[in-house]
Amino acid sequence: MERLGKLPKLYLTIVFIILYAPIFYLIFYSFNSGGGMSNFEEFTWEHYAAVFEDKRLIIIVLNTIIIALLSALLSTTIGVIGALAIYFMRNKKMRNAVLSLNNILMVSPDVIIGASFLILFTMIGVKLGFASVLISHIAFSIPIVVIMVLPKLSEMNTSLIDAALDLGASRKDVMTRVILPFIKPGIFAGFFLALTYSLDDFAVTFFVTGNGFSTLSVEIYSMARTGISLTINALSGLIFIVTVALVIGYYAINRKTKMPLAGVKK
Amino acid sequence: MNKSRLRSIYSIPYTAWILLFVLAPIALIVYYSFFDLAGNFTLANYRNFFTSVYLKLTISSFWYAFLITFFSLLIAYPTAYLLTKTKHKHLWLLLIIIPSWINLLLKTYAFIGLMGLYGPLNAFLEAVGIGKQQILFTDFSFVFVSVYIFIPFMILPIFNALDKLNPALIDASRDLGADSWTTFRRVIWPLTTNGVKSGIQVVFIPALSLFMITRLIAGNKIITLGTAIEQQFLVTQNWGMGSTIAVFLIVFMFIIMLVTKGKEKGASDNGKAR
Repeated sequence: MERLGKLPKLYLTIVFIILYAPIFYLIFYSFNSGGGMSNFEEFTWEHYAAVFEDKRLIIIVLNTIIIALLSALLSTTIGVIGALAIYFMRNKKMRNAVLSLNNILMVSPDVIIGASFLILFTMIGVKLGFASVLISHIAFSIPIVVIMVLPKLSEMNTSLIDAALDLGASRKDVMTRVILPFIKPGIFAGFFLALTYSLDDFAVTFFVTGNGFSTLSVEIYSMARTGISLTINALSGLIFIVTVALVIGYYAINRKTKMPLAGVKK
Repeated sequence: MNKSRLRSIYSIPYTAWILLFVLAPIALIVYYSFFDLAGNFTLANYRNFFTSVYLKLTISSFWYAFLITFFSLLIAYPTAYLLTKTKHKHLWLLLIIIPSWINLLLKTYAFIGLMGLYGPLNAFLEAVGIGKQQILFTDFSFVFVSVYIFIPFMILPIFNALDKLNPALIDASRDLGADSWTTFRRVIWPLTTNGVKSGIQVVFIPALSLFMITRLIAGNKIITLGTAIEQQFLVTQNWGMGSTIAVFLIVFMFIIMLVTKGKEKGASDNGKAR
């Protein structure tokens, strides 16, 4: 491995500074006793206190977490089932067709997903709010779970299944004691990404959320539209800590399983 | 025998998902694009789309998406290349990825402060003697913030492609007398185009459909296809016209996917980033 020269090092440093500057800028001013994001007056925790005193905000945070956990759990279940279904497909053409269908939601712009789900929910009469947001989050997280689980399944040696069956295992045993343990790392990675997809989503939620219900992204959007509020800064400080913890968690799983580090939705 | 039994049991919920949330929504979008505000069947939406207003909008949306993709690539390629040369490259890559996990809204919100009239950027401009500038609500701010948001997604596939590149090929090229530039142009670049293509795909399509950044950073001055769809659906409540624009966006999406589709044998194999 050759050493980097001065200029390349400078370039990388500048890229890193630009990537992190906005985030630290937000967190820095979350401790500002002044009102805005320009003059730092005095150090204070008051904006963090404000976050915890704001009942509405707390409820929104809880909503966001509940939606994320539920949608990750359900989409992982359906996604694993889907991956198994694709894996057991014999017909190659059919398999490729299903895979392309699976990937459509992953490349579709959020606006399209949001708009089309809005039409769908209005047509079948799902009330906009918690249910519609939860269902959409499940729907757009399923494909990533499938993508994460499939490679693990194809890595698995099929003679493992045959051996288990020969040794008298029932189909249920094969599933719970051979297949599922083997693909567990893929399932975890899928769950994790589903969680972050849900936490990060703005556009789809924005379309399908009704008046009474809001998630953090949507709430930050409406707060930001009215101008600067240091409560958002304090919130971002807290979110940053949680995010870093999540990333480290994902990285730990990732190292064990050598899964490709897939990105997060915009 | 066992396998086919397993198949039929397991496919039910997943198949239902495909029918209900992949196929039905697209069909509904196409269906709605044929109706006007009053609910009558019409082709007027399509006629409308080909008027100068919407054509201009489409062209400018493509232009911005092109600019955003171009600058992202310009910054991301060298970054990815240098990252593969660092000692703990996967750790550094992770550090590049972390900002992309921070909520998009928060990062955008940070730029409202950073680029504001009294923000640090303007303080800097004043200090160097250029003086205060209106940075927010300009084309520059829009492109800058979008590039900022998309850079990690561009770096990731390029990094993966570069990482898989066999270093012996570079040595061979150098041994055979090629200088660095020739090596890059004839060896490195051709072998990483698949990574670049996936990078372009994951940046260009979302860039066409941005709507939150246009509202917060560009102050409604820039209208992309995404902004137009959002406006038709949520503000004007004209679902027919919104669906028509969405139909075209879907068509553009498929064209871009075809153009940027990598060849199977290439060096890139990336997890898709949204």
